[in-house]
Amino acid sequence: MAKERLVVIGNGMAGIRTVEELLKLTTDAYDITVIGEEPYGNYNRIMLSPVLAGEKTIDQIMLNDEQWYIDNNVRLMKGQRAIEIDRVKRCVVTQDGSVTAYDRLLIATGSSPFIIPVSGNDLEGVVSFRDIKDVDAMLKAAADRQHAVVIGGGLLGLEAANGLIQQGMSVTVVHITDSLMERQLDEPAAAMLRKSLEGRGLNFLMGAQTEAIIGKNRVERVRFKDGTEIYADLVVMAVGIRPNIELAKLAKIHCGRGIVVNDTMQTFDPVIYAVGECVEHRGLTYGLVAPLFEMAKVCANHLAKYGIGRYEGSMTSTKLKVTGIDLFSAGDFSGNDNTDELVFQDASRGVYRKLVVQDNRIKGAVMYGDTIDGTWYFDLMRDETDISDFRNNILFGQAHLGDSGHGNDNRVASMSASAEICGCNGVCKGDIVKAITEKKLFTLDDVRAHTKASSSCGSCTGLVEALLAHTVGGEYSAAPSKKPICQCTDHSHDDIRSAIKEQGLKSIRAIMDSLGWKSSDGCSKCRPALNYYLICQWPAEGLDDYQSRFINERAHANIQKDGTYSVIPRMWGGGTSPRELRAIAEVAEKYQIKTVHVTGGQRIALYGLKKEELPKIWGELNQAGLVSGHAYGKALRTVKTCVGREWCRFGTQDSTHLGIELEKMSWGSWTPHKFKMAASGCPRNCAEATIKDFGVVCVDSGYELHVGGNGGIKVRATDYLCTVKTEAEVLEYTAAYMQIYREEAHYLERTAPWIERVGLTYVKEKIVEDEANRKSLAARFIESQKYMQDDPWEERAKGGDKHEFEPMKTITPHKETVEV
Amino acid sequence: MSVAKSQDQWVVVGTISDIPKLGARVVRLEAGDIAVFRTADDKIFALRDQCPHKGGPLSQGIVHGDRVACPLHDWKISLNSGIAVAPDEGCAARFPIRLEGETIYLSLQSSDVAA
Ligand code: SRM
Ligand SMILES: Cc1cc2nc3c(=O)[nH]c(=O)nc-3n(C[C@H](O)[C@H](O)[C@H](O)COP(=O)(O)OP(=O)(O)OC[C@H]3O[C@@H](n4cnc5c(N)ncnc54)[C@H](O)[C@@H]3O)c2cc1C
Ligand code: SF4
Ligand code: FES
Repeated sequence: MAKERLVVIGNGMAGIRTVEELLKLTTDAYDITVIGEEPYGNYNRIMLSPVLAGEKTIDQIMLNDEQWYIDNNVRLMKGQRAIEIDRVKRCVVTQDGSVTAYDRLLIATGSSPFIIPVSGNDLEGVVSFRDIKDVDAMLKAAADRQHAVVIGGGLLGLEAANGLIQQGMSVTVVHITDSLMERQLDEPAAAMLRKSLEGRGLNFLMGAQTEAIIGKNRVERVRFKDGTEIYADLVVMAVGIRPNIELAKLAKIHCGRGIVVNDTMQTFDPVIYAVGECVEHRGLTYGLVAPLFEMAKVCANHLAKYGIGRYEGSMTSTKLKVTGIDLFSAGDFSGNDNTDELVFQDASRGVYRKLVVQDNRIKGAVMYGDTIDGTWYFDLMRDETDISDFRNNILFGQAHLGDSGHGNDNRVASMSASAEICGCNGVCKGDIVKAITEKKLFTLDDVRAHTKASSSCGSCTGLVEALLAHTVGGEYSAAPSKKPICQCTDHSHDDIRSAIKEQGLKSIRAIMDSLGWKSSDGCSKCRPALNYYLICQWPAEGLDDYQSRFINERAHANIQKDGTYSVIPRMWGGGTSPRELRAIAEVAEKYQIKTVHVTGGQRIALYGLKKEELPKIWGELNQAGLVSGHAYGKALRTVKTCVGREWCRFGTQDSTHLGIELEKMSWGSWTPHKFKMAASGCPRNCAEATIKDFGVVCVDSGYELHVGGNGGIKVRATDYLCTVKTEAEVLEYTAAYMQIYREEAHYLERTAPWIERVGLTYVKEKIVEDEANRKSLAARFIESQKYMQDDPWEERAKGGDKHEFEPMKTITPHKETVEV
Repeated sequence: MSVAKSQDQWVVVGTISDIPKLGARVVRLEAGDIAVFRTADDKIFALRDQCPHKGGPLSQGIVHGDRVACPLHDWKISLNSGIAVAPDEGCAARFPIRLEGETIYLSLQSSDVAA
């Protein structure tokens, strides 16, 4: 079958990103031609600022060199301007008169700088700041001239001014209002910014309106409305941009401020798509790259005829790429009568933070001086998280949310290149920065794949994100608004869970078919998640897909680095008996088990076991009543207890008995991530109940319930839920809490991050305040436990899943060879 | 090893129903295990049961498409070539394997030099 012809007008960031996304999905759907006015491959436009400042070279900012087009069979018509689209004949005419036919067309013409209509605006020495040509002109002027005037005190203007001062020019920034970057900054932040830029030698003329640019051939002076004049050898116009829509308009494609597109990036002519700064989507135009990347993904998906994915608009944030100045702004930062302002200001340290809050949701943020928490605020804003539970501390940042351990409050910028970022994989700052710049990485996933940083325990994710933001500049707000569960799909965890429920999907295949999976049978990330969602939603139907479980859950033991396994039997509430200990001792001797270890979870682990011996060992342990401790599962793990009232002089309730009851009720249940509990007999809390997923602290009047704690990488102490009077109530609350977590959390999201995402208030509403809801959650938990509480070891000791434990064949030398 | 020579070494190791779809089994040898994989569409592949990263047992991984994800650190290895999926680098040795009817024949002589 002949390939269709795809023509792309505009060889810039959005157009080529779309082509890249398309090539990831299919390489044989289209013959692709790219028409680009600029005489180069595709480069990272936002890095023009560091190039101007002398921090980067043009070579370092090329994203796709010409060889890339050859390697990917993309025809590049560089240095050619498209001048006409003939929608009837379906072809594009370029300046040199050649005609290129298309079956589908993609317009990605970006935008053009706005040139203020004053006399002299066409003199030599008047430039804009948009492409390599402009930067060349500025560098040339800087080499042999003195005075630069930058018109426009916005993002681009300030980056240009900073670059020019680095190049040794004397620079004056002319701004029409009294406050810099007034679309992104409030007055205090703008004043701090101005002060530090003045400290670097920039001059400002505020409230000044340009009237004329004066000179014979070349610019000599700039005159303002009030009659004053200043010298200028170079004038940079950075007053704004306009979507580049002339070509589309000429072809009578419907345009507003930009080319109007729908949620699938189609224009009013359905074979013509548009992406990037030239489009208008739901009434908005964008001037940053993060939205363009999202558009590119959706557009590619439709070009590849997958037909899923919609672009629903983006929330953007801004940073200024001037080395040494940290500034962050997002959302509505000016507020109104219905909003509150939370402000932190430390003038001598040069730190300012303001959050605009409405109904306990962040609506906007401005930060100056210390922006490490910008991403966190942005996430809270985008997810509309209820902040009431930590509103008191929110201005101090994420690192102050009552946890210790290594939070991401380290200043990545000031870290040395040899500082270790990822402790699991031994990756240093220098390695990561090098990979980001040399391999042109944009996303966390890219960095994970190339450097392994943040790909194991994940505790350094915040640091790696900060490094990315620091190294690639403003564009790293690129986290998409809806996070897909893995690369096999564009759907989020929540989308998938509701589809399973609403459409009654009952197998992994059905989910993949119904939601249009991009891979044939998923990957090691999505399959275990889908499997969990199915068994959680339909517990009675035995849908467990063995091959979609991680090895530990298939083998019911933990795989070790040498391929052997460890086995940890359950010790109810941390208790054991001579009979159990004897059985463990005998097994350890008989099978020559090298390591017997008392775990951090109050039980005993056997290490270094051969896989084929597991069923036999389990059979022997079973005889003493020992069953699986699920130490390998995203499941109920341990319930730690202290001895409590039975022995302890301070004990208020029978915490040991309570712990055992809790474990009897909940063992065998599968959960999104592991789930640990503890019960302490008094507030001295010897069982460490306040760093567990669910903890009970016994008090004289009853039982305090605590939720959402964990030890581990980032210690989080629990939040206090409520106090109840009886053991029966403890059990009911526990069941309800486990069930709401099981039904609503994302796979591999532990209760601590889950609670931070949904808010303690939400959990209280559902469990403490709404009795009917609590009872029905608890009932669903108990119902699903009916199908879960069979000891998996016993089943396998009796011969279940034989194939898992035995080799398919054992071959001894010289015996089994057959002649064919 | 030449193909002619390795043909002398075909060994019956079992039938396709011995391996679950999207699963793997091992063939135990003194020289080390060989992992035999079965994909969703009943293709079979054989690799040395040793991840090029740190020797993890590939037979214990999750099979998807024609790849397996190593159980230890989640490298993805292509079953067809034995090569780690980029950006990871490395290669697990392949063994010739064929299906005749239900029966699986395996050659114990790796087809890769690196064996
Ligand atoms: C066996 C044990 C260490 C020991 O010998 O004492 C252990 C061993 C492992 N832990 Fe642990 N943890 C053990 C108690 C703990 C504890 C202490 C506790 O439970 O009170 C903690 C801190 C408390 C907590 O979980 O909040 C703990 C926090 C972790 C974490 C970090 C969890 C987090 O949310 O940040 C991980 C990593 C993970 O799960 O992703 C982890 C992961 C692991 C893994 C599964 C690593 C892996 O993926 O292979 C280790 C498995 C080794 C094996 O093959 O058995 N282990 N681990 C302990 C088993 C307890 C048990 O009886 O079941
Ligand atoms: C100096 C600078 C700094 C920036 N910093 C940031 C930042 O920190 N963070 C951020 O998110 N964004 C930043 N931006 C904005 C970002 O670069 C743009 O949003 C992005 O490049 C837009 O992509 P696009 O593909 O829509 O347009 P472009 O990248 O401009 O690509 C459009 C291309 O189409 C070509 N073209 C136009 N018309 C025709 C035609 N008729 N025929 C052929 N070719 C044509 C143009 O020559 C151009 O190459 C910055 C921009 C500049 C200029
Ligand atoms: S047992 Fe836990 S703390 Fe120890 S090395 Fe393994 S994961 Fe790390
Ligand atoms: S040993 Fe296979 S991924 Fe590390």
